[in-house]
Amino acid sequence: MYKIVRRRELNPTVTQIEVEAPLVARKAKPGQFIILRVDEDGERIPLTVAGTDPSEGTVKVIFQVVGATTEKLNHKQAGESLQDFAGPLGVPTHTEGLRNVCVIGGGAGCAIAMPVAQEFHRLGAKVTSIIGFRNKDLLILEEEFNACSDQLIVMTDDGSYGRHGNVTIPLKEMLDAGERFDMIIAIGPLIMMKFVVSTARPYKVPVTVSMNPIMIDGTGMCGGCRLTLVSEDGTRTTKFACVDGPDFDGYLIDFDEAMSRSRMYFDFERHAHEAACSLFRQA
Amino acid sequence: MAIAPKKNEMPTQAPEVRAHNFREVALGYSLEVAQAEAARCLNCRNRPCVAGCPVNIEIPDFIRQIRQGDFEGAYQTISRSSSLPAVCGRVCPQETQCEAQCTLRVKAKLDPVGIGRLERFVADWHNEHASDQPVPPAQNGHKVAVVGAGPSGLTCAGDLAKKGYRVSVFEALHTAGGVLVYGIPEFRLPKAIVAREVDTLRALGVDIQTNVIIGKTLTVDELFQMGYEAVFIGSGAGLPNFMGIPGEALKGVYSANEYLTRSNLMKAFRDDPATPIMKGGRVAVVGGGNVAMDAARTALRLGAEKVYIIYRRSMEELPARKEEVEHAQEEGIDFRLLCNPVAILGYQNPDNPRDPKNGCVTGIRSIRMELGEPDASGRRRPVPIAGSEFELPVDTVVMAIGTSPNPLIKNTTEGLEVNRRGGIVVTEEGLTSRERVYAGGDAVTGAATVISAMGAGKTAAKAIDEALTGTDK
Repeated sequence: MYKIVRRRELNPTVTQIEVEAPLVARKAKPGQFIILRVDEDGERIPLTVAGTDPSEGTVKVIFQVVGATTEKLNHKQAGESLQDFAGPLGVPTHTEGLRNVCVIGGGAGCAIAMPVAQEFHRLGAKVTSIIGFRNKDLLILEEEFNACSDQLIVMTDDGSYGRHGNVTIPLKEMLDAGERFDMIIAIGPLIMMKFVVSTARPYKVPVTVSMNPIMIDGTGMCGGCRLTLVSEDGTRTTKFACVDGPDFDGYLIDFDEAMSRSRMYFDFERHAHEAACSLFRQA
Repeated sequence: MAIAPKKNEMPTQAPEVRAHNFREVALGYSLEVAQAEAARCLNCRNRPCVAGCPVNIEIPDFIRQIRQGDFEGAYQTISRSSSLPAVCGRVCPQETQCEAQCTLRVKAKLDPVGIGRLERFVADWHNEHASDQPVPPAQNGHKVAVVGAGPSGLTCAGDLAKKGYRVSVFEALHTAGGVLVYGIPEFRLPKAIVAREVDTLRALGVDIQTNVIIGKTLTVDELFQMGYEAVFIGSGAGLPNFMGIPGEALKGVYSANEYLTRSNLMKAFRDDPATPIMKGGRVAVVGGGNVAMDAARTALRLGAEKVYIIYRRSMEELPARKEEVEHAQEEGIDFRLLCNPVAILGYQNPDNPRDPKNGCVTGIRSIRMELGEPDASGRRRPVPIAGSEFELPVDTVVMAIGTSPNPLIKNTTEGLEVNRRGGIVVTEEGLTSRERVYAGGDAVTGAATVISAMGAGKTAAKAIDEALTGTDK
């Protein structure tokens, strides 16, 4: 069992927990993920590592309540334990040789973007961060981004905080003004990452995206997390997010296919989440 | 007394009943039937069955013990060679191994002795009647690490533990058993039986650590730094193969690994599962191996109204275990042989890009094949018949066309040689290109059988024992 040492609600649907997992804490690097099960017979879900404390032996993960499993996870308090916690999985984010980067986070994706921004900052790169949310109430990690960014731009869809609009607006302004990032790293909803890629394309600035498809084992066995990469000449290649990713060259990803596949269990998940919620209401 | 020409029948659940439940299909011999079957053994002098067994169980000895009513003795005989008797009795392809060599079959042209069924009888008798767990032997002071708690790893661990080694098994998933728990369905191998065999190994002193991914959580080199003197890699099958045809990313297309893992390991077959799976409708399974049979029969039990097996060669070349093919046919699986898929078809609402059915599977298009000249494998090569394409309306497609070895260990272990297909290269003793690193099972061969993986685990255990205790002498 893996004990939750600390728990903090970042906003009404996003929670951060720190979990005792010494072997994972020693190894995990930004961009990697873990797989956890809340309880016996529970679902295996992948969550990206948001930070580690190797000396304490803890791993920080941040999750958004979106379905039955994350609902159950959100009811676990500090001092309680998780059934399983395995990792680190996936390939760490590529950082070598990148001196000027733009890190873009959307919604709960900021939880994954934050350790990446921190790592680039630690390595001495110039970090420009753009983080976007639907509204002010959903804002998370502003302080953390401020501490590791040379420039931070906060966007909200409704203008209730920071600038009004989505993350591609300041990105396009900077690219138009002649800013040439070595790399843009976009982490958030698929539709956001798709539009970051289309915004950057005319300027030929490379974009790395972090994919979060449906997974089961996370170790390169089930193939459920497969994605299609389309090269310039149209060749289609199947890749697996768990062992080949989760980071990919954004220009190659077939986003429409990934979006369709991500909705495979939409009905099941909605019903399961409603059932879990009513269970907790009764309790 | 003349020898009965036929094997004693294995009692099974009736096909129309079992097609709708996940309980075990084969029910096992009764004591009387087991002794009658044991009496068919000639106890011939040259014992060809033993050589036909990948782990060389002393088959005539345990059959004689059944005849004499010494069932616990029979169990001890089997367990001297096999760490998983209840498993092998159920999933081994006996018809191509021990039973293929049986003198009754070869010389007298009768049915061979039902060795697999007798092995299962003995293991089940033991599990039902024996109360005392094995006692761990005195330790010899050596530590060995085993990567993967599947058939090869558990066998290697069991053999070494019996010799006094301190063995730790590192398993990436949350449950020990490997393919025995994620791949082979409950109706063919009940998970309680696997758990029981794993408990027996624990009682022998084997330490099993789940949620540790070697190559990620720890590396092979770190295992040596931790004081392990040898490492056995039994990391199993890896990424599933796909055909590379249009439509494989549609919603409703699974690899067999994913489909079976959802149902078996994650219990998606239950009424109110935490992990979803597509149930019901029409299902096409592509492939002809045991995994394809398992997937097809799982689909039926999940409530499919129609299940097809699509296989590009003919019944003769179908690689699945004979009994599974017969069971599948009895249950009503529709075999479309000499057919090869060319595209999976999907739905797209031209008027509504947000229609939730967009991107869902609607059918599979295949082309008929005929058998041409033999290929490198010696089997006649299937050749497409021009213009013979046809479509089957289906909602789910399961690709069961094999896997390629898991890349995690290869990528993080310097000096570990792999072949063109990614399989770890080993000597006859199971030694890899790295000193004191051994490997076996699907990680070496690509997808094969449980018993061949067990054989490899056994061979490596012997080699490890010789390498480590040899240094004491």
